Parts: sequence; C-alpha cells; structure tokens
Amino acid sequence: MNLTLKIWRQKDSNAKGQMVDYKVNDISEHMSFLEMMDVLNEQLVNSGEEPVAFDHDCREGICGMCSLYINGEAHGPDRGITTCQLHMRMFNDGDTITIEPWRASPFPVIKDLIVDRMAFERIQQAGGYISVNTSGNTQDANSLPISKHAADEAMDAAACIGCGACVASCKNSSAMLFVGAKVSQYALLPQGQVEAADRVKNMVAQMDLEGFGNCTNTGACEVECPKGITLESIARMNREFVKANVKG
Amino acid sequence: MSGFLKSSIGRKIAMALSAFFLMFFLIIHLAVNITSIFSPDLFNELSHFMGTNPLVQFALQPVLVFGVVFHFVMGFVLELKNRKATIVKYVQDNGAANSTWMSRNMIYSGIAILAFIVLHFIDFWIPELNHKYIVGMPEDPTRYFGELQHKFVPVWRVIAYVVAFIFLGLHLAHGFTSAFQSMGSTAGRKKTLQQIGKAYSVIIPLGFIIVAVFHFLNH
Amino acid sequence: MALDSKIPEGPIKDKWTDYKNHINLVNPANKRNIDIIVVGTGLAGGSAAATLAELGYNVKAFAYQDSPRRAHSIAAQGGINASKNYMGDGDSNYRLFYDTVKGGDYRSREANVYRLAEVSGNIIDQCVAQGVPFARDYGGLLDNRSFGGVLVSRTFYAKGQTGQQLLLGCYSAMNRQIARGKIEMFNRHEMLEVVKVGGKARGIIARNLITGEIERHSAHAVVIATGGYGNVYFLSTNAMGSNATAAWKIHKKGAYFANPCYTQIHPTCIPRSGDYQSKLTLMSESLRNDGRIWVPAKIEDAKAIQQGKLKPTDIAEADRDYYLERRYPAFGNLVPRDVASRAAKERCDAGYGVNATGEAVYLDFASAFVRYGTEQAKIHGIKNASEAEIKKLGQGIIEEKYGNLFQMYEKIIAENPYETPMMIYPATHYTMGGVWVDYNLMTTVEGLYCIGEANFSDHGANRLGASALMQGLADGYFVLPYTIGDYLSDDIRTGKIPTDTPEFEEAEKAVKDQIDFFINNKGTKTVDHFHKRLGKVMWDKVGMSRNEKDLKAAMAEIKGIREEFWKDVMVPGSATEMNVELEKAGRVADFLELGELFAKDALVRAESCGGHFREESVELDGEQKGEAKRDDVNFAFVSAWEYKGEPADAVLHKEELEFKDIELKQRSYK
Repeated sequence: MNLTLKIWRQKDSNAKGQMVDYKVNDISEHMSFLEMMDVLNEQLVNSGEEPVAFDHDCREGICGMCSLYINGEAHGPDRGITTCQLHMRMFNDGDTITIEPWRASPFPVIKDLIVDRMAFERIQQAGGYISVNTSGNTQDANSLPISKHAADEAMDAAACIGCGACVASCKNSSAMLFVGAKVSQYALLPQGQVEAADRVKNMVAQMDLEGFGNCTNTGACEVECPKGITLESIARMNREFVKANVKG
Repeated sequence: MSGFLKSSIGRKIAMALSAFFLMFFLIIHLAVNITSIFSPDLFNELSHFMGTNPLVQFALQPVLVFGVVFHFVMGFVLELKNRKATIVKYVQDNGAANSTWMSRNMIYSGIAILAFIVLHFIDFWIPELNHKYIVGMPEDPTRYFGELQHKFVPVWRVIAYVVAFIFLGLHLAHGFTSAFQSMGSTAGRKKTLQQIGKAYSVIIPLGFIIVAVFHFLNH
Repeated sequence: MALDSKIPEGPIKDKWTDYKNHINLVNPANKRNIDIIVVGTGLAGGSAAATLAELGYNVKAFAYQDSPRRAHSIAAQGGINASKNYMGDGDSNYRLFYDTVKGGDYRSREANVYRLAEVSGNIIDQCVAQGVPFARDYGGLLDNRSFGGVLVSRTFYAKGQTGQQLLLGCYSAMNRQIARGKIEMFNRHEMLEVVKVGGKARGIIARNLITGEIERHSAHAVVIATGGYGNVYFLSTNAMGSNATAAWKIHKKGAYFANPCYTQIHPTCIPRSGDYQSKLTLMSESLRNDGRIWVPAKIEDAKAIQQGKLKPTDIAEADRDYYLERRYPAFGNLVPRDVASRAAKERCDAGYGVNATGEAVYLDFASAFVRYGTEQAKIHGIKNASEAEIKKLGQGIIEEKYGNLFQMYEKIIAENPYETPMMIYPATHYTMGGVWVDYNLMTTVEGLYCIGEANFSDHGANRLGASALMQGLADGYFVLPYTIGDYLSDDIRTGKIPTDTPEFEEAEKAVKDQIDFFINNKGTKTVDHFHKRLGKVMWDKVGMSRNEKDLKAAMAEIKGIREEFWKDVMVPGSATEMNVELEKAGRVADFLELGELFAKDALVRAESCGGHFREESVELDGEQKGEAKRDDVNFAFVSAWEYKGEPADAVLHKEELEFKDIELKQRSYK
C-alpha cells in the first residue's frame, strides 16, 4: 500500500518543530508500524536526509520504549498493544497517517518523536521500592504466605511498562494511572505495608512537583494502556493517600 | 491538612466531597419543586420552612454557598493546572476513541451551569435576601407559589432553564460515577452504580425541566 | 598470558563458602572512597549496581535506554530456576548444578555452576522481599512449573513476564540507591571505550546520546554487563539496540573473548514474513508441552501450501510428518532447544517448509484440544459430548495456559491459532559465549569485570530454559559484590582517579576519531545495508549447522563486508546531536569484527556440542546415527581468544575443563 505520513520533526529540545509530509510506497500489510518507519528512514538516509528519530527497543511490547501518537491515539488505533506491535493491516492503501510525539509538559521533546520521560524515573525514586537490603539474608520466600488473589492483583498492577501512554492520552496529562499502578503493586503485598504511608505521600508529592495534571476520571488512560492497567489502581492510590494522611 | 488540600489527590477528593453534597442538595431541591406541580399549598409550606428555619438559613445555606463556590473555584483552579500540563496540543487528537464527550468537557458543562446559577441567583436568591433581610418585608407564607409561576412566564427563561439542565445532565452523567472513583471507591465501575448514575443524571434535570415547562404552560 | 581461572581448592560444595571466608574485605569507611562503574543495567548490571551502592561504594551506572527498566532482560518470559525444592520432588543444589552442566553439553566450569546453584535460592528470597509478584498457589505459597530438559519443577514465574518483574525488582533496588545518591545514573549514554591506567581498568569513555558529548568517567573498577551479541545475525530476538560494543571494546583492550561460536537458536519463534523484517519474536518454549510439530510428509503438499493452494487443515493425518516424534520417540516434541531447531531446519532445507518463504513448520494444538477437552467433559460430567464441544472445552484450558502467547501470535500473523496451527521457525536468542572471566568474574584485564550474558561463564555450549535470569541475578546480587571487594581492598589508598591524564586523552581521541570518520565518510550505503549482509552470511554459514568450507568462506566474506563498510558507509547528521545512524554505525563496526572471530572459533571447534553443530562431527552408525557427536578428548576446553588486530589473527588460549563431580556422558534424546 502507499501512504502519506505527517510526522512531527524537531531538531532538538530548543528548536521549534513542525509537521512534515512524507510518502512511503509498497508497504506490506504484514509489516509492523515501526518496520514501516524503518522503510521511511532507509529512504531518507539514502537521499541524504536525517532519519526520523523515534524511541524503540525490544519491539515485542514489553520494554515500554516506543511511544508514538498515531492518528490521535497513543500507540495507534489497535487496543492492548504498544506501537511496535501495531501492524500495517490496520491501515488502508492511500491513508494519511499523523504521527506525533507524546504531548505533556513534563515530557519535553528531545528530538522528533522522542520525549524525555525522566519525570517517571524521579517519581519512582521518590518511593517506588521496598527498603530491603540485597544481601540475600532475608527470610525464606515461603515464610510469608500471600493470598493468590492479592499476588495476582499485584501482578496485574506490576505489568505496567512505564511507556507513558496514559499521560499522553489524558487530556490533563495526568500521571495517576502510572503512579497508581506502582503504588498498587506494593500496597497489595505485605512486604510493602511497612512503608506504605510514606511511599504514597512521597510519590504523589513528586508527581505533583513534576507538573502532571489532575485526574478527572475520563478513563482514556485505561483504554489506551497497552498492558490493561485499570482505573482501579487510581482508586486504590486515592484510598492509600487518604489513609496515609489520616494517620498523619 | 493544608498539604493534603494542595496535593492533586487531596483536591480531587475535595471536588468529590463537594459534588456529593451538591448532588444531595439537588435531590432536596427537586423534591420541593416537584410539589409545585400537584400542590401549591405543600410547595408554599415547604418553601416557607426552608426560607425561615434558622437551621436551614444560617447553617445549611452558608454550607451550600460554600459548597457551590468551592466546587466552581476548585474546578477552575484544577482546569488551569491541567491546561498548564499540556501546553503543546496534538495536531490530531481522537479523544472520542477512548472517553466520553461528557468526561472531556466538564469545564464547559460546568461553565453553563455556573451561568445558570448566576441567573438563578438574580431570579430568586437576591430577591429573597432583599425581601427578608434588606427591605425586611413582612413574611407571607403563601407568596412562593405565585412568585414561582411568575418567573416561568417569559419563554426565554424557560429555554435557558431547559438548556442549563441539559448541561447539568451531561455534567452529572460523568460526575456521578466520577465522584465515587475520586473517593477511592471502585463502586462507580460496577454496573449497579453506573445505572443509578445514569438514572440520576436523567431524572434530576428532567424533573427541573418538567417543573419549568409545566408552569410555563399552566400559568 | 596464561589463563588462571582462580578456582578455589577444596570439595565443590565448600568452595564458595571457604572462598568468602578468606577474601579481603573493605571497611565501610573506605568504601565511600571507592568508585565503581557499571555499564549496562539489565538484571546483572542493575542488581550489581544496587548491591554495590548498598555496600557503600560510589556507583556510576550507564544505560543506552532512557531507563534501566527497559533493558532487554525485561523480555524474558518463562521463569527463573532455583533449587528450593518447594515442590518436594527431590530437587537440590546438586541436581540444579548437574542439570545445568549436562544441559550445557559439558562445556562449562563446574565450580562456577555449583556456586550458581548454591545462590539460586537466595535470589528467590531476595526478589520476594523486594515485592516481585511471583505466581502463588491457593495456599499462598510460591508456585513452580517445569521447564525443558529437566526432571523436576523448579521454575518460579510471574505470568509470562518473569524477566520484567525481576528487572523491575532490581530497578526498584537501584532507585532506592539513586535516591540516596549512591548510584549516579547515566541514562541514554553509551560506553565507547575502556580506559586502562597502569594495566588496570580505571574508567570509560561514554557518549551522551542526546547531546553527542564525549565524556570521561573514572573509577577504581569497571563492570561490564551489556548482554549478548545475538544481533550479529541482524535478525534475532534481541532488542534493536542490543549490541556487543562494550564487550568488544574491552576485548580489543586485552580482555579475552571466550567461545563466541556458542549461540542458542531458539526453536519457537514467529517466522520471518519478508525482507523488511527488523526483529524476531520469541514465544515461550512452554508451548511445546502441548503443541505437536509437523510438516507435510509429501513434497507436493508442501509446495501447494507454500503457494497458498492448500491449508494445513486440508492435510490428512496420514500425510503429516511429526518429525520430532519420528526421530526422537523418547523426548518427542520436548527435545532440547538445539535439537528441535536443527530438526526444523533440516525439514525446511529439504523443501518441506510451510509458508511462502519455505522457512516455517507447524506447531499444532489440535490434539491437545481433544485431550484436554475429553478430560474436561469427564470432570464436568458431560456425556456424549460432540466433537465441537470437546474442542471448545479443550481450547478453554489452552487459553488459560497460553492465552497471552496465542493473542500475541494472532496480532503479529493475523491468523487465529485456535483454528489453524501456528507457524514457527528457529531464531537466534541467546549467546552462551562472551568475555572470558575467572572465578571472581574478572576478565584478563585487572579491575575489569564482566557479568550476566556478556560473560561466557555458566551455560557451557547450551543454556537451559529459565537459567539466564538466574545467572544474571546471581552474578549481580551475590557473587560480584563479594569478589570485587577482594580486588578493591588494595585500592583504599589510591584516591580519586583523575581523568586529565594521557590515558584518558588517548582513549577519548580514539573515540572521537572514529565518530569523525563516520560523519565525514559520506559513503553510499546505509549502516543497515552492511548489517543485513553480515547477518545473512552469519545465518547461512555460521548458523544452526556449520562446516569447514562454509566457515572459511564466511570468514573471508565478513572480512570483505568489513572492508567495504569502512570505505562506503554513509552516516547522515552530525556528531554533536542525537544521531541514531551514528550509534548504529559504531555497533555494526564491532559486529563486523566479532562475526569473523565467531566464524573462526566455530572453525577451530571441530566437534559438535550444544548450540554448535559441526556437520563433520556426527555419529556415523548405531542408534544415534546422524546426531551431534561431541569430542571430549580433544575439545573439553574453553576457547579464549586474545585480540591481535585482525580477527583472523586472534590467538587461542585454552582453559582445560576438569570434571571431577560429574561424569561426562553423551546426551541422548532417542
């Protein structure tokens, strides 16, 4: 199929960017979206132009690196997948496809379609861990039974890959789905209880400091999340936050 | 606690709490208004009670005013902060693919409701205050029904009412379950509460609209 | 230089404990004055960085991604082995040790593997304490599953995302240290050179991938944890950015490179669909527990399928060749990875492949649907269940077990694997070879360590499933933090290593010269052009099955591609900005050298063992006719290569392998 691509080009974080039109031809429907981008880049390099910079790495939907806003949606029109798992069979011959970087003030553009997601790192550094030494002298793994239900729920929250699609799809650029998932994982496990109050307070404080917007429960994040993290993790974070503040 | 109210989640919860209060108030308000359709006397009696009972006047009324003002002011504060979080907009943004129109446009339905409340204050509340506390006219416990009927004579006001309540419905369609979610309850995600929310967001505005239209047709 | 593996004396089960009791320690106050650089932040590097920082050292960690949590360890699906014996099925440290050595086709170092088994249990304790949500049973205790090549259930797992959960666990441990200021994290940085001062590794030269700035970083020791070199094949299950640059640069600075020819080709990957393919996707080997592998028995059927004239469901049972069950009746579809991969290639080479490219075989779940469905019908008391009902019940069970894999397959191939068999083909997955290290995980350069997949140590010629995560975390959490202290105890009076010395200057200049060369070369062909050509030579001639003639040809061809690359490569853009093509150029330049050494190593090893199959070394008669033939008399050694300029001139050093606790046997799966 032949396609027209409208792609955001921006030389670096200080430059002013703009949308640029490109044509790609003979795209196979079996290609992944990023392989189509590879074709475009090969074409650009061969004509002496700079290729379009975009984040990607594992190309199997788990590293959370890829981050394109395709035709107005994070990770494109398909559901439950990342951009690297999106296939060209979702598009038709002659289509025009708009490709933009994640848009949120705490995610400044580094180049073209690459954004800086360090805000997520700092939120996790604020408390996204259990303070246990990696000495190996901890108690036996089976000394503390955890209900299967809690373990499974913690796993569902822990499935977050930190791609930022939640922030990108949120009209308020809120990071609450991401932070909610991280808080939930530890809140559901007994190991996380000891520091639960400080964790949620510190992580939320850092999230606010980074300049993310406020959640208005539109639910866009859970629809676009490639890993099926739900609004329940935000609700859980809200409860944890109240609990932490009531305790003082 | 001031830290709590400065935090994003704290504000979210404050929004939800004020919303619950306002949603409760809407039920009371509608219940009183509805009586005007079938019993002017009952309507007068209830209105008189509301207008003169000191507990309602000096305890509940200030809370209500505070609730309304708080909900609006905080709504605007949050909206501004949210806008600051997304300065560069998408060239193409397909919000309809993942969320409802209502949820994305709470600020606009909210503004419409605010405009209505301003009208409402001019129509009822300011004359009431004037009547009772400034001019200090003698209380007539049967005046309320007449005043009500009088208000719904001009067709423009009835249209303004209908439009405003449609916006209220849209606001509630998202707001009802959203308030539960903000409070950390997942009940709003369950079918029962979603249906109650839908019913609430239709019945309440429809009730007010019926009252307005009824008096417009029957004055 | 003679190789000294520094294996402690004494009985195997006491070696590690005795060793730890007698090494030198660094007191906590002195640790604050010692800097350590860790390059790579996957399971090995991340766990090492966290633990070293916790011990009190100042750690500088480097990752080319924007966060440590994106390292490719995250893609591991199946699980992590540990000899906890929670299932009570007779597991022990010795059994895990034995299985790993045997699975590695007796080409690994006994002492290292035993140590690995010894600390395996600690890893699970540690991860649970960190909040890793491993799967549990209804009693709240940890669940285990079984994995290929062993007789016990010892694999801990977190759905199909074990690697992700373990990495997030170790990333959280890192975060705790980053917050304390004990780890300084350099994201989007790539190490391009190691700096040696007085023969010791004392720093690195790194490029800031955002600004293009070349930075000098000094430390008292350098740890390389940058993973494997599978991308030398261009197509592999590795991440797009996975590269051998750090490992290859230290090789060029004196670290010996061991067993480069040991590569694992994983049998259950999604086949290639065209020339544009950028990477291959692995599906967990657990699928082979329930899937049956076949190709058409008649060549005309195969041709018709390739041309799209027939569907797999049109082929009658009698006309199907379940070749693994035919060739290996004892293990059937559950033969080890190397055997399954070669058998698939043999059928496809003979023309029986089942997709348009002729490079795919079927993995069919139809009989599993019936088997599980019949069982379910009995359990639910459904009498005279129809065929369709049984199939549906069976599909339910398969969906519970592998639902996410079936969904992933459907997304990529756009065929419903519940209705038609999956297509699979082998792909490069893991490299057992790597930088040579001694028992302390130190390379042949003093103060330079190598851990995780980047080193050669524990898997011999073939890695068992669920052992990679175990090795990475063992090295990082429990081995390196001890052994490195012994070395650093001499460094407590050294003081900060200055970076304004001639050694740093020289290393930086070399890096800048190479970058300037790429930018100014203005050739006519893209980096990917050369990478693809290298990959094709590697796959065709140094792939699943190798012979002397092809290996010699491969060495010459790779040399040719390399020379052409240096003449004609084209890199647009500048050096002082984010430049993805420039990053790739440096990586491919290293692959073009590594590939040739790889072929040379394969040429020297004229035996078949594990992932390395030499067509000249097969059983000629008897029951094992045609199967791989290992040669323990002549090849029970580790090949450690010393860099001498051209890869063809590399000098071989042999570390003889001694087997005192395990008897060498032929692997038989017949």
